[in-house]
Amino acid sequence: MIKKILITLITTLALTVNVSASSDGELLLKKNNPAEIKECWEGFNRASFALNQGLDKIIFKPVASVYRTLPTPVKSGVSNSLDNLSNVVTIPNNILQGEFGKAGENTVRFIINTTVGILGLIDIATLIGFDEYEKEDYGQTFAFHGIGPGCYIVLPVLGPSTARDAVASVTNFVGGDAWYNVTVQNDTHYFRDFDYYASKVTAGVDFRAKNYDSLENLEKNSIDFYASVKSLYLQDRQQKILNSKVITDTQNDSDWEEIED
Amino acid sequence: MIKKLLSIIFILNLFTNNIAALEADIFVQSTVNRASELLSENITKEEKIEKLKMIAKDTVDIKGIGFYTLGATRKNLSDSEKKEYLEKFEDYFLKSFSSRLAEYTNPEIDVYGKEVLNKNYTIVNSTLKATSERPEIKIDWRIYTKNQDQPLIRDLIIEGLSLARTQKEEFASVLSSNDGDINALFKTLEEFSNK
Repeated sequence: MIKKILITLITTLALTVNVSASSDGELLLKKNNPAEIKECWEGFNRASFALNQGLDKIIFKPVASVYRTLPTPVKSGVSNSLDNLSNVVTIPNNILQGEFGKAGENTVRFIINTTVGILGLIDIATLIGFDEYEKEDYGQTFAFHGIGPGCYIVLPVLGPSTARDAVASVTNFVGGDAWYNVTVQNDTHYFRDFDYYASKVTAGVDFRAKNYDSLENLEKNSIDFYASVKSLYLQDRQQKILNSKVITDTQNDSDWEEIED
Repeated sequence: MIKKLLSIIFILNLFTNNIAALEADIFVQSTVNRASELLSENITKEEKIEKLKMIAKDTVDIKGIGFYTLGATRKNLSDSEKKEYLEKFEDYFLKSFSSRLAEYTNPEIDVYGKEVLNKNYTIVNSTLKATSERPEIKIDWRIYTKNQDQPLIRDLIIEGLSLARTQKEEFASVLSSNDGDINALFKTLEEFSNK
């Protein structure tokens, strides 16, 4: 089944790849515009979304509700530590996107936070004035090099993605994620497989806890929760790909002008 | 004498124009203060919801958001369908908006900047202060400034995610699941408002 999904993803991605690589902001914006991203497998996606909602209700939500009652320094420590660990994926992606300065800065950030910041529990780098940390992944790098998102997909357990991002994430398991390499891929005697999976589950719980009220609120006030989550995910993804916090870069004014007539 | 009179009229005109035009950021801060004051009042949640609806009616361009949310479908509707849609949308919007906000108690929002996009729109930047349960949240407001005396809120952009756009895509999904039938959307809106 997983093999089948992967083949379908790769095929659809291959059909949507724009070989002429481009980093032009406008093209990047257009290609990753949530309204342009096709819904090719709505039946599968809605079923997968329902499965994820079920898993959320019986696992993630109860665990997150306990997690959020922990003292703030504990939660911040966990969150900082996970962010610090994600540098091992962010740094190669900074390089692959030609952001050598950022790669250098994140390397220094990783060294400082891992050592002085006690395995990343304290974000010393930010305290001493480093820029706000921005995660990068292989999906963002694929997008940067002009690959279109392909169709929207909801992966069982893992949640919303696009064909491009799902395929790109395979890179993590073929050498692109140093944390995976030292825990699961190679027997280093220092780490176990459990460490990798525990970090991923904790990241999921941390995300769920941070968005606990927002997700409750969103579900309660949506007329189509699936469509709301899809829209928010794709807007967020577009923003991350553009590396922009300037909202006028991602908001389309022509949509609003249309209602003037 | 005439020169003097003209100067007085000119100065008076300038003065009154400045008073009449309400700056978008001041408008947002005063709206936020109004809502915040209400949310910290010691009244029931239902009372809060009713009062929040009044604030929304004064400060939000519900009709504009309604048409934006409907997207291109608006052009295919008859006048009576548009009228029916706007009535149902207002009920839906007020319920959704007020119950979202009523969950917060004493939210602290600081307005810190603005960007005038054109004569119709200004984006106002603000932050919702962090609490022990959630981090600080960046909220941008799309303010419709065509009538400078009465600016209106058209969108809230939370951490870069537009609520109006999300709503628009949600409505499009309901329409596409029902072969573009506007009555199906009416039914969904009614069900939401009555639940």
